[in-house]
Amino acid sequence: MLDAALVIAFALVSASMLMVLVRLLRGPTLSDRILALDTLYVNAVALVVLLGIWEGDDVHFEAVLIIAMLGFAGSVAFARFALRREVLR
Amino acid sequence: MTFGGLLLEALLAVLVLAGGLFVLVSGIGVIRLRDVYQRMHAPTKAATLGVGCLLAAAALSGLAYGRGVSANEWLVALFLFLTAPVSAYLVARVALHHGVGDREGLASPEPPGEESGERPA
Repeated sequence: MLDAALVIAFALVSASMLMVLVRLLRGPTLSDRILALDTLYVNAVALVVLLGIWEGDDVHFEAVLIIAMLGFAGSVAFARFALRREVLR
Repeated sequence: MTFGGLLLEALLAVLVLAGGLFVLVSGIGVIRLRDVYQRMHAPTKAATLGVGCLLAAAALSGLAYGRGVSANEWLVALFLFLTAPVSAYLVARVALHHGVGDREGLASPEPPGEESGERPA
């Protein structure tokens, strides 16, 4: 039962990632692309969480934490660059 | 399998399916809504809710595998819930800064007389 639900959820999250990827490629503005990248890392977090439930061990959640933190840092850096053409002063 | 184990597995399956559906809704919203300000709704609400459901399922799956409920997942969920509004705010600021939606009649924070227009990224 849980395995079937996991397979369906894998398919749903992957479909969502494909749609976000289409938005990332089509734009049309820079803010759309930043939003798409932000959504993409949240979806990657969802995918690795599913993998962690599937495998049934603790190791994946360290990876999830790192993806979440670096993804957020990347979004902030990208937005800062789009706002004032510099990331760090 | 005991009745309690069956109940736990059903709860996990429902949480996993709900999380997947919410994440799918965020993807549909990102691709179907009309402009950036509308598209911001989808990932900041649906995706955090979906990942929240998945992380709750992951935390409870420790019970099913005999590890007990772990704390890591709640940490990740808390982090995502704190950062999602911040990144949405930054995306909105970038959109306003680049004048997205000016011609559709949305208010612009920039002083008038500066023709920015929609900027092809």
